[in-house]
Amino acid sequence: MSLLELKNVSKIYGSLKALDDVSLKVEEGEWLAIMGPSGSGKSTMMNIISCLDKPSLGEVILDGVDIAKENSKKLTEIRRDKIGLIFQQFHLVNYLTAVENVMVSQYYHSMPDEKEALEALERVGLKERAKHLPSQLSGGEQQRVCIARALINHPEIILADEPTGNLDEANENIVLDLFEQLHNEGTTLIVVTHDPEVAEVAQRTVVLNHGKIAKEVINENFGKKADGKNDK
Amino acid sequence: MERRKMFIRMITASLLRRRSRMFVALLAIAVGATILSGLTMIYYDVPRQMGEQFRNYGANMIFVASAESEGLNTENVEEALSCISDSQKRGVAPYRYETVTVNEQPVIVAGTDIEGAKKTSPYWLVTGEWPSEKGEILIGKKTAELLSVEIDDTIQMTYSAQALENPDQPAETDRSENEDAINMEFTVKGILDTGGNEESYIFMSLEDANELTNGESKIDVVELSLSATQDELNEYVDLISKKVPDITPRLVKRVTQSETTVLTKLQSLVFLVTIVVLLLMMICVATTMMAVVTERRKEVGLRKALGASNKSIILEFIGEGVLLGAVGGLLGSILGFIFAQAISMNVFNSTITFRVLLVPVTIIASMAVVAAACIIPVRSATDVDPAIVLKGE
Repeated sequence: MSLLELKNVSKIYGSLKALDDVSLKVEEGEWLAIMGPSGSGKSTMMNIISCLDKPSLGEVILDGVDIAKENSKKLTEIRRDKIGLIFQQFHLVNYLTAVENVMVSQYYHSMPDEKEALEALERVGLKERAKHLPSQLSGGEQQRVCIARALINHPEIILADEPTGNLDEANENIVLDLFEQLHNEGTTLIVVTHDPEVAEVAQRTVVLNHGKIAKEVINENFGKKADGKNDK
Repeated sequence: MERRKMFIRMITASLLRRRSRMFVALLAIAVGATILSGLTMIYYDVPRQMGEQFRNYGANMIFVASAESEGLNTENVEEALSCISDSQKRGVAPYRYETVTVNEQPVIVAGTDIEGAKKTSPYWLVTGEWPSEKGEILIGKKTAELLSVEIDDTIQMTYSAQALENPDQPAETDRSENEDAINMEFTVKGILDTGGNEESYIFMSLEDANELTNGESKIDVVELSLSATQDELNEYVDLISKKVPDITPRLVKRVTQSETTVLTKLQSLVFLVTIVVLLLMMICVATTMMAVVTERRKEVGLRKALGASNKSIILEFIGEGVLLGAVGGLLGSILGFIFAQAISMNVFNSTITFRVLLVPVTIIASMAVVAAACIIPVRSATDVDPAIVLKGE
């Protein structure tokens, strides 16, 4: 059984169909990229998968549960327990230090553990910056804190919305390397991007257009490409 | 780390690292708490302060002999006075009234403790001096006019016990037929102007009055000026009535009722102002918190996206508000004392009593008011749609 399955999902705003009868399966441990131009329905799909929104029609089966039928309280629980979110604009709490930002995610999930949060920051190469506020960190560092926060609760899926959109090339590579590590450890990754370079390092790419899946591409060079990046 | 510790870490970080934002809210709370604490201090100190002021209007309690007793004497008066706290006694003046004749004219003599009378009746206006030596008297203005005497004049008083037994008989006849009549000379040291009955009396020391009446010691009434609230006075009346049955303590209603009326009105005014201040404080804090919540919509959205329940978000904002209320309340209780002291010095010309209990009460009240003021803005925070705010819309 797939970890995530969208069955004939539509999201309708008045006369506009942001998503139009979309069906998609994501297997456990898969690295999927979702591409498409502005207004293609990427963000709507991302919001539905991350339990921030519900579809107007169709089913969204996450780990065997149809989240389209759940109420907002239950959706919050599912998001907390199963999903790690990474945002384009990082969205760190500006008055909390890097380690505290990671611990916030633990706080809502289970029990805050500073040692574990520091290990997560160490993993993204920011242990020395743990006591710094977001305003004292660069964009790339903030995104790495965001990644540490997303992975701290060992979610089943990490959803990243334009994770490299605000980063320079060097930081983009660091982030993609981290994604590769997570993928190698078996984490399921769904990355929404409009950057073909980010999409091509994923296992599979789904291209959306006008709310429909226009194209689906399996990256045949997946392993090689990733290795190649690691060699850089 | 426990969740509670993380909760405290988050709310303290929010207050300490967002100082400029929180300063306005803290200022609003501290100002409200200052006025609240100050007015409460005044509210509770006003009876004492007003009591001191009212002591200028004369005695507020008297002792008279109860119907079944043989009269007041030094022993039972002392016993009754022992029931009253010394710190509340502003003045005690025993009085003995006798009718004597001066130049064939019957006049009433009041023997008293002159120093006590000065304290129980500070409103008396004396021209000349108060009597201080034996044989000196203070004469009421009307009596002085009746007898045509002035300061430093000497008058002769005649006391006759028989005259008292037949008050209808003319004094002249009494005196001529009564061989037991006692004559004493007194020097007028001062003339008393009160606008009341006292102007018809002659005041002398209790010792002189006793001597004039053949050494017989007697007290008719004791006037007391007590710095006490109406409730305390009533308690003293009950206590003395029970402990000293020979004495009937009575409140001078003219004074105590005026005091109670003024106090009630003043306390009501202070209470009303306190309530208005509390409401203003709530509105001010609610407005500030509304601005804080609006400013932090993105953060609320993020927390919700990370899996925070509405309850968690409400608790965090209320927690911040309560902590802010505690700090503001502490500041307010200190500043409130300074505020109350300044008012007391300007209005009553005396210092105010610091009430330690008001510190925790002010802190708790500030915390409760801030928590109540936070409810509406914080509830609106939970309506935030994380998907929208995280997209920056």
